Amino acid sequence: MHYLRQNRRRSLTVRLCRWGFLAAFLLAWEVAAEWEWIDSFIFSQPSRIVRTYLSMGQNDLGYHIRVTVGETLAGFLLGAAAGVLLAILLWWSPFVARVSEPYLVVLNSLPKIALGPVIIILAGAGTRAIVFMALAISLVVTVLEMLSGFRDTDPGALRMARTFGATKGQIFRKVVLPYNIPTLFDSLKVNIGLSLVGVIAGEFLVSRAGLGYLIVYGGQVFRMDLVMASVIILAVVAALLYESVALAQKLIGKRFGQGS
Amino acid sequence: MAVLSVEGVRKAYQTPQGETVALQNISFSMEKGDFYSLVGPSGCGKSTLLSIIAGTLSPTAGRVQVAGETVSGPCPHIGYMLQQDNLLEWRTVRQNVLFGLEIRRRLTPQMKERADRLLETYGLAEFADRRPSQLSGGMRQRVALIRTLAVEPDILLLDEAFSALDYQTRLAVTEDVYRIIRQEQVTALMVTHDIPESICMGDKVLILSGRPAVVREELPIRFDLSERSPLLCRSCPEFGSYFNHIWKELGMYEAHESARSLCEEGGPLGGEGALPAAESTP
Ligand SMILES: Nc1ncnc2c1ncn2[C@@H]1O[C@H](COP(=O)(O)OP(=O)(O)O)[C@@H](O)[C@H]1O
Ligand SMILES: [Mg+2]
Repeated sequence: MHYLRQNRRRSLTVRLCRWGFLAAFLLAWEVAAEWEWIDSFIFSQPSRIVRTYLSMGQNDLGYHIRVTVGETLAGFLLGAAAGVLLAILLWWSPFVARVSEPYLVVLNSLPKIALGPVIIILAGAGTRAIVFMALAISLVVTVLEMLSGFRDTDPGALRMARTFGATKGQIFRKVVLPYNIPTLFDSLKVNIGLSLVGVIAGEFLVSRAGLGYLIVYGGQVFRMDLVMASVIILAVVAALLYESVALAQKLIGKRFGQGS
Repeated sequence: MAVLSVEGVRKAYQTPQGETVALQNISFSMEKGDFYSLVGPSGCGKSTLLSIIAGTLSPTAGRVQVAGETVSGPCPHIGYMLQQDNLLEWRTVRQNVLFGLEIRRRLTPQMKERADRLLETYGLAEFADRRPSQLSGGMRQRVALIRTLAVEPDILLLDEAFSALDYQTRLAVTEDVYRIIRQEQVTALMVTHDIPESICMGDKVLILSGRPAVVREELPIRFDLSERSPLLCRSCPEFGSYFNHIWKELGMYEAHESARSLCEEGGPLGGEGALPAAESTP
């Protein structure tokens, strides 16, 4: 009882300190800019950022957020689906897996952003290129992670399934796949962030709409308030996207726990 | 007619280092309802033999017949129980029990009902909707047995099915499993490295030689008991002589290894043999 109470008090303190730190930081920033210790033209200022939000108009801001989130989700879902399908193919056929191994290793270490210009030429300078970028960035990681998860499936469970004469398809559906639901969610949690990186990089290059576009545009016209405002929204969007995947894991993944 | 007949089975494994002959020439047969124990030095090919009988491994020579049909490929008449229970954590106990039926596409309402009845009969009904991790080791092994029995096998193969359990649990589980197998009238072939267990459970103990293995002896086990149970067998006077006999036979092949394991258990007639006897003498 005492232990529990102590524990609760400690986590309350942690939360208070977190918010306190944020408030202190914003206050210091505001004051430093106000008293001209720092150049608010370059570093911006919390009150100016708030004013930027207000002047941007709800529609405008909402539109850019929607564009970025939409592109991220599209790239994320496509990357996850394609990645899992490819991992299934490689699990199914050890021959294909062996042939493609060196290519996967190279593709995995290649910074996908370097492919940006190529992607734009192939997919056109638009939404498609941006989604493609997000997909490219998360695809190979998903394939490798899922494949290694599939291969690490408890050999005892596989043997057990074989004693009942399970076919390869049955083994996959009834043992390997459910066993790897935790792996899938771990990989999704990483991918949602990666997709966002891909989308922002794509928007930097293509520059039509979205938070990435706002940041680049703000930088070009030297409106640091706009840049800062967009970065802060981006941080919030990233956190919300990650939390939704984490929530889905809690709801669905709990059932699967640690397969063993 | 024999339910199971193993005729001149030979198995040679091809490895990069050359050929390993695991089984030389194995022949025996079982009638319906028989319970045979299979003992032999470790690495002599017991698991290999069970895999061949189950049809998941093909013999280099010879053949296996189940109910008059030659086995070629995974045999639907056979249930196979492994050392680990391998229950799937994302399934409830009931869903685990139905796993084999799903795989064999026999998930009919009647079979579901039968599985529920098995859970009921063997004291697991109230745990049917729990997760395996909420069960004790002994209960988990019982669930694994019911999963195997749910597919209505004619022959049950057990490969050191209890060796992962601690000693106390093991005694209790062998008691349960023996009762279940007898009650369901399944033909059972049980591999074990535990000599007392082989005597307590089997109608006959097949003693294999070291690799390459042949059946060295088929030792019939008879106890003067009106109703046999593994624990009671341990306290019978015949138990000791059976033990010494098997011990000697095996000792020729793995004197070193058995001696080590027996020292841990407290001598041939101490430890496993004597302990339950003291408790259950009528
Ligand atoms: N897949 C395999 N490939 C090559 N050798 C094997 C294989 N499986 C088993 N063996 C060899 O065959 C022998 C018998 O193995 P096994 O049947 O597992 O013995 P046991 O169950 O009696 O301990 C061992 O020497 C083992 O090394
Ligand atoms: Mg073995």
